[in-house]
Amino acid sequence: MKKTYKIEVDCANCARKMEEVAGKVEGVAAATVSFMTQKMNVEFAEGADAKSVMQNVIKACKKVESDCEIYL
Amino acid sequence: MTKKQLKVLYRIVISLVLLIVLAFLPLEGWLKLVLYLVPYLIIGYDILRKAVLGIVHGEIFDENFLMAVATVGAMFLGEYQEGAAVMLFYQIGELFQGVAVGKSRRNISALMDIRPDYANLEKEDGSLEQVDPDQVEIGTVIVVQPGEKVPIDGVVCEGSSVLNTSALTGESLPREVSVGDEIISGCVNESGLLKIRTTKEFGESTVSKILDLVENSSMKKAKTENFITKFAHYYTPAVCLSALALALVPPLFLLIRNGSVNWADWVTRALTFLVISCPCALVISIPLSFFGGIGGASSCGILVKGSNYLEMLSQTRYVVFDKTGTLTKGVFEVTKVCPQEGWSNLNQEEASAKLLEAAAYAESYSNHPISRSLRNAYGQELDHGRVRDVEEISGHGVTALVDGRKVAAGNMKLMKKLNLSAPEAEGAGTVVYVAVDGVYAGYVLIADVLKEQAVPAMRELKKAGIKRIIMLTGDNRATAEAVAAQLAVDEVYSELLPADKVEQVERLLEAKGKGEVLAFVGDGINDAPVLSRADIGIAMGALGSDAAIEAADVVLMDDNPMKIAQAMRISRKCLRIVHENIVFALGIKAVCLILGAWNIAGMWMAIFADVGVMVIAVLNATRCLKVDG
Repeated sequence: MKKTYKIEVDCANCARKMEEVAGKVEGVAAATVSFMTQKMNVEFAEGADAKSVMQNVIKACKKVESDCEIYL
Repeated sequence: MTKKQLKVLYRIVISLVLLIVLAFLPLEGWLKLVLYLVPYLIIGYDILRKAVLGIVHGEIFDENFLMAVATVGAMFLGEYQEGAAVMLFYQIGELFQGVAVGKSRRNISALMDIRPDYANLEKEDGSLEQVDPDQVEIGTVIVVQPGEKVPIDGVVCEGSSVLNTSALTGESLPREVSVGDEIISGCVNESGLLKIRTTKEFGESTVSKILDLVENSSMKKAKTENFITKFAHYYTPAVCLSALALALVPPLFLLIRNGSVNWADWVTRALTFLVISCPCALVISIPLSFFGGIGGASSCGILVKGSNYLEMLSQTRYVVFDKTGTLTKGVFEVTKVCPQEGWSNLNQEEASAKLLEAAAYAESYSNHPISRSLRNAYGQELDHGRVRDVEEISGHGVTALVDGRKVAAGNMKLMKKLNLSAPEAEGAGTVVYVAVDGVYAGYVLIADVLKEQAVPAMRELKKAGIKRIIMLTGDNRATAEAVAAQLAVDEVYSELLPADKVEQVERLLEAKGKGEVLAFVGDGINDAPVLSRADIGIAMGALGSDAAIEAADVVLMDDNPMKIAQAMRISRKCLRIVHENIVFALGIKAVCLILGAWNIAGMWMAIFADVGVMVIAVLNATRCLKVDG
């Protein structure tokens, strides 16, 4: 399952970091962040619950960039 | 400027004014520190906050941390003015960069903004109501006024007009539509009022699909982009370790040798080093360049589905064309009418017209493409009363009585059957031999004609660095070779079934050199397997063909083969800018890092190396947007 989320992030390097940590969250098969379109594509692992996984993704992203927003 | 940026601007102005005022006051000791802390905190509180949060989360060595350490360090050393000013300068730089990036991002997005904002519904009293196109159901009648975009795909049920497709194809070829015509969303209605019965939901309409495709293109990252990501991954810790070494190793060495050392000096050098090293310029300018390139291409009607494909386009050395529909128009046309000498006593022109008339009438009851092209060439309304006793002879042709005369039209077998001898026709294509009243009258040559741009397109491709152009076709050998000769393609393979085409492409893929890319160009009609098998699948004439848009990596909205070379030029330019940025950013950083370590470059220079380089790289990246020819 693949979903796209709107995000808000100010710097490109931060977007890169978000991509890196989001990909490592359990239940995420792959994550890409486009700084240009301010979007995050998340491919969930099979059987993962998107909602609870995204909560962890947000937490992980907030850790590396406290100013970022992910709109669910 | 966004609200956030405006707030930063106010903070910059306030602390700048405070700093200037403080510079003129004779201050000493604690009072000086306290007073300077005011502008420092106004300008830097968020940086300090983020730095602390970073440490709490174990994310040290980000920019905020660096700026916090550098400026707090300066405060401890009694350099109050310097500490506050560096923070101020950093914020100015960040703001400038934020505005520049935001602006170019919006520019690119605006270029691709073909999204219709509303659809008009007609209310019972005749007035129009604007609604969100998302809420319009299939089968609803919507009204498109002159000057408005068509929001949803549909069929015209009232009115006629001229549509401008330039938002989709990059070329403003007007298209006339009237009742019953299908109409594609994203076109602009130029003249008359149209009522359209929608055939799709907004989300499934052409315009939504295209937008979706372009917006998601930056998700498919190019090799260069992935390289930079990996690079940044190793680069940042490496630089941090070097900085740590710079802060400890030389001073320890000096301490042992001289017995004393100026620790503050070495710490400052290490901090400067860290500020210089931020990889932002690279990390931002590369995707921005690709994004710009994709935006520029889409404004010419070339949709590139990912940065990776844009990158690969520049490395394309082999182009494989499917003949029908890409190089040729895919419709049959009469290319030659050749009446037999001595058949009639009319002059050449009149005899040709007569021959064509006879053939068109004889074939008038057939709906075969050949018959249609004969009728098209004849050009006049057919009077069916003039034709009688039509008889189709399967695999041969037809015989009929036209104006009471016995006309036979068909292939060589038909002529043989009638015991007539006919000369072998000259030229490629399908030949229709005609006999009238048992006498051979001449032949009509029908062929799929080349697109006007096909020959120059081949020239352009060669100029763009293509090594070999290969043509595949299901047509017979004679036709294929005649077309190949006209186009001067390097290789031609004929009489192929769709599965054979995949095989040919696979063979070519194996034969090509390393780092060389093979592109396949098709019209999207039953060549989806080949499109996906090739390194890059290019579908053309895709306007309104969902299958082609799905299957291909690069989609040409109109059917002009010249666009392939143009796409390659755009790709080249974009990659050149990407490489420029990599070399430029890394070069300046390397120089500044060395200068910083030797204490020649101070904190000011460091901030330039960070922010200045980024702004220049971003400005350079926006050049990708501009597309010429």
